Amino acid sequence: MLYRENGQFKTSYADDQQIFPIAQDRWLIIGLLVFAFIGVPLLVDEYLFRAILIPFLILSLAALGVNILVGFCGQITLGAGAFMAVGAYAAYNFHIRVDGMPLLVSFLLGGLTSALVGIFFGIPSLRVRGLYLAVATLAAQFFTDWVFLRVPWFTDNASSGSVSVSNLHILSWEIASPLDKYLFCLALLTVFALAAKNMTRCAVGRQWMAIRDMDVAAEVIGIRPMFAKLSAFAVSSFYVGIAGALWGFIHLASWEPAAFSVDRSFQLLFMVIIGGLGSVMGSFFGAAFIVILPIALNQFLPALGGLFGMTISTAGISHAELIIFGALIIFFLIKEPHGIARLWSTGKEKLRLWPFPH
Amino acid sequence: MSREIGEVILDLKNVSLAFGGVKALTDISFDVREHEIRAIIGPNGAGKSSMLNVINGVYRPQQGEIVLRGRRFARMNPYKAAQAGISRTFQNIALFKGMSVIDNIMTGRNLKIRTNLLLQALWWGPARREELAHRAKVEEVIDFLEIQHIRKTPVGRLPYGLQKRVDLGRALAMEPSILLLDEPMAGMNVEEKQDMCRFILDVNDQFGTTIVLIEHDMGVVMDISDRVVVLDYGKKIGDGDPDAVRSNPEVVSAYLGAGH
Amino acid sequence: MGFFVETLIGGLMAGMLYSLVALGFVLIFKASGVFNFAQGAMVLFAALAMARFAVWIPGWLGIDNALLGNILAFLAAGGLMFAVAWLIERLVLRHLVNQEGATLLMATLGIAYILEGLGTSIFGSDIYKIDIGMPKDPVMILEGTFEGGLLINKEDFVAALIAAVLVGLLTLFFQKTSTGRALRAVADDHQAAQSIGIPLNRIWVIVWCVAGVVALVAGVIWGSKLGVQFSLATVALRALPVVILGGLTSVPGAILGGLIIGVGEKLSEVYLGPHIGGGIEIWFSYQLALVFLLFRPQGLFGEKIIDRV
Repeated sequence: MLYRENGQFKTSYADDQQIFPIAQDRWLIIGLLVFAFIGVPLLVDEYLFRAILIPFLILSLAALGVNILVGFCGQITLGAGAFMAVGAYAAYNFHIRVDGMPLLVSFLLGGLTSALVGIFFGIPSLRVRGLYLAVATLAAQFFTDWVFLRVPWFTDNASSGSVSVSNLHILSWEIASPLDKYLFCLALLTVFALAAKNMTRCAVGRQWMAIRDMDVAAEVIGIRPMFAKLSAFAVSSFYVGIAGALWGFIHLASWEPAAFSVDRSFQLLFMVIIGGLGSVMGSFFGAAFIVILPIALNQFLPALGGLFGMTISTAGISHAELIIFGALIIFFLIKEPHGIARLWSTGKEKLRLWPFPH
Repeated sequence: MSREIGEVILDLKNVSLAFGGVKALTDISFDVREHEIRAIIGPNGAGKSSMLNVINGVYRPQQGEIVLRGRRFARMNPYKAAQAGISRTFQNIALFKGMSVIDNIMTGRNLKIRTNLLLQALWWGPARREELAHRAKVEEVIDFLEIQHIRKTPVGRLPYGLQKRVDLGRALAMEPSILLLDEPMAGMNVEEKQDMCRFILDVNDQFGTTIVLIEHDMGVVMDISDRVVVLDYGKKIGDGDPDAVRSNPEVVSAYLGAGH
Repeated sequence: MGFFVETLIGGLMAGMLYSLVALGFVLIFKASGVFNFAQGAMVLFAALAMARFAVWIPGWLGIDNALLGNILAFLAAGGLMFAVAWLIERLVLRHLVNQEGATLLMATLGIAYILEGLGTSIFGSDIYKIDIGMPKDPVMILEGTFEGGLLINKEDFVAALIAAVLVGLLTLFFQKTSTGRALRAVADDHQAAQSIGIPLNRIWVIVWCVAGVVALVAGVIWGSKLGVQFSLATVALRALPVVILGGLTSVPGAILGGLIIGVGEKLSEVYLGPHIGGGIEIWFSYQLALVFLLFRPQGLFGEKIIDRV
């Protein structure tokens, strides 16, 4: 009843191809954006910005990148952390070595560098797939782990690859407080998410999905697998690289290579699996889930344990986290391989019929 | 059939193809004239699909050459074939199961899309106009094949007959000059076959597309094709118009067994 | 020259340990086409079980004899691995039968996480020792041939011996027993094997059990050498290049690949490392694997990967 599309007719293809063709959806998204830009800053305290919202925004961006590669183009990657690192350290180098380099430009250049590296490490995808491709991406991961730790040039001769930045500003806006950081990340994420959605519903997105679904047929109808796969690696690494730069500059302010280790790669992969492969919205769901889960566990497990008269140590919580993560991965893979995004769209389908059962 | 048949547009000369010790095609030569409907028939395993795969560049023959509009192709690959205006359907419907009908057919427009990634990301001017123009073209194909009602359905959920139609739609969206159809009516009932025949004839009639068609249903072949090539065990045993081929004793014995 | 040979032999010994882990990968992949990312976690889990049972069981049963305690602990850990194998097949694999490789890969990642979490919560997360009486002192050999002789670690030597025996037993198992034959049939063609009455589910449980035992042996040997700690779980990541080099479907490939990677890592660290910053062990093996992926993805002995039809 609430969600019916009665009376919403499309009279042009442009209307039909909107991102949110159903009016209720449009209102929802606009409301959400207004709330995010204006409402949240009024309601939320510093801790929530720092601990939940900013990581969520940055990791959503990274998850978008990974989803483009894994979900839309079907190329598995276990090396996303490496590209975050490339983005972060490249942006760092542009930032400190070039006098007066604007912050945004450093980020974009960091992303572009990451895209180039991504194309290079994407070359194996032209020959192999599946596990073998995963190994190639791991090669990227371990290489960057080492490069940023041991090759002093990249870190301006800092010890053990640890660098820090300060005094970030765009024109005259000083990005210092958690609120500033939040708004900056939110703005960037909105722009990039829109771009991602546009790409995935245009020709380039269809090329990616064609390669994912059946690359022999794709070649026959005139899609070049090389271009499609490498462009997926490039765009994905660009997004992940910018997320890496944001993670280092904005969230951490000072970081070392371990922030972008193979654990981070796995974390990003889990985000897109749980959130929904091949879905822009799924990337957000996945990121939210993975960011909130540890915090939720931290709050609830001791309480739950208390009910049964058990005390659960912090070590116990981190162990439980591992178990719950693993179990959830398996659960989603078995029950809903398309992740939370599919649950969401199924829910919406039911909502369209509500209150009727079918 | 009301179209005027033109000059030779595709010429296959002495094509031989082998997989290891298995000879799929032996010294096959035939030509295809513009605007005609050319059928390739033969018992199972005769090499018909291999023939299409050679034309299309999916297989590379050990010997022989493909001459397309007078241009000799030493190495054909699927991409070059697509660029040269050859499109095809598949015996096993190689559709993109994760995408909707519209998106599947839109992939057929890929070669005609000129704007780059960046413009598409911005949904800016040229990219937007191009996307909408191609959407209009695809809708024409959808109208032609009468599949408007399922245009947003993910292809994996469609019944077999409709999937075959979408496969044809995707090939048509490429606006091919030569259309290769690999058993387009396999697994269809009488009504579906009639529909498919109608579409094939309309494509040939309205757009002048040359059609090379593999088909088992003799009735269909005799009815709609202009000329027929008969293969058996990788060799050509007949070539000519349907009546001539039907009365060719070699063809008869290949199909019905030597005792006839 | 003596130093070079020492490094070489050290590399071979280390490589043998990688081979043990890679063996688990190959076994499961051969029989079910699943790449088991959880193999490393299984090694850790098994090692933890062994370490803790070796302490607990004498406590529960009041046994003094170290050897008896170790044997019982080994058996108990083995039994536990069988249970884990059975649970994995029942709860995970059975439900993912027709899924594609990438899905199964990610499912085994999930299993790895569960095993890590479960292992450390049941058995604890301190660094534990496994003491099965391996000789710890080094020995000098071949003093005549090389000046000053070669310093060999006796423990490594014994470990290599155990690994060789294990491979021999596995080969016998596959070639001579009917279960082994069934496993090979399943590896060849699932559907054909099913159609002649081989129960796929039971086979997979057996394979995972065997892989579990291999993980246990690997875990005991590694644990005896290094102590049981978290880094053991990243052992899986170290052993991945081994199966790329050797071929995912080849047991001799796993052995040879392990040796090559072991030697390669040691030699590159010693001779190449100092020039470019050190610590290159872990990525050297991966870049070597990368080269193989570009030019010979099936590895030295694997079957050619048919990527498209």
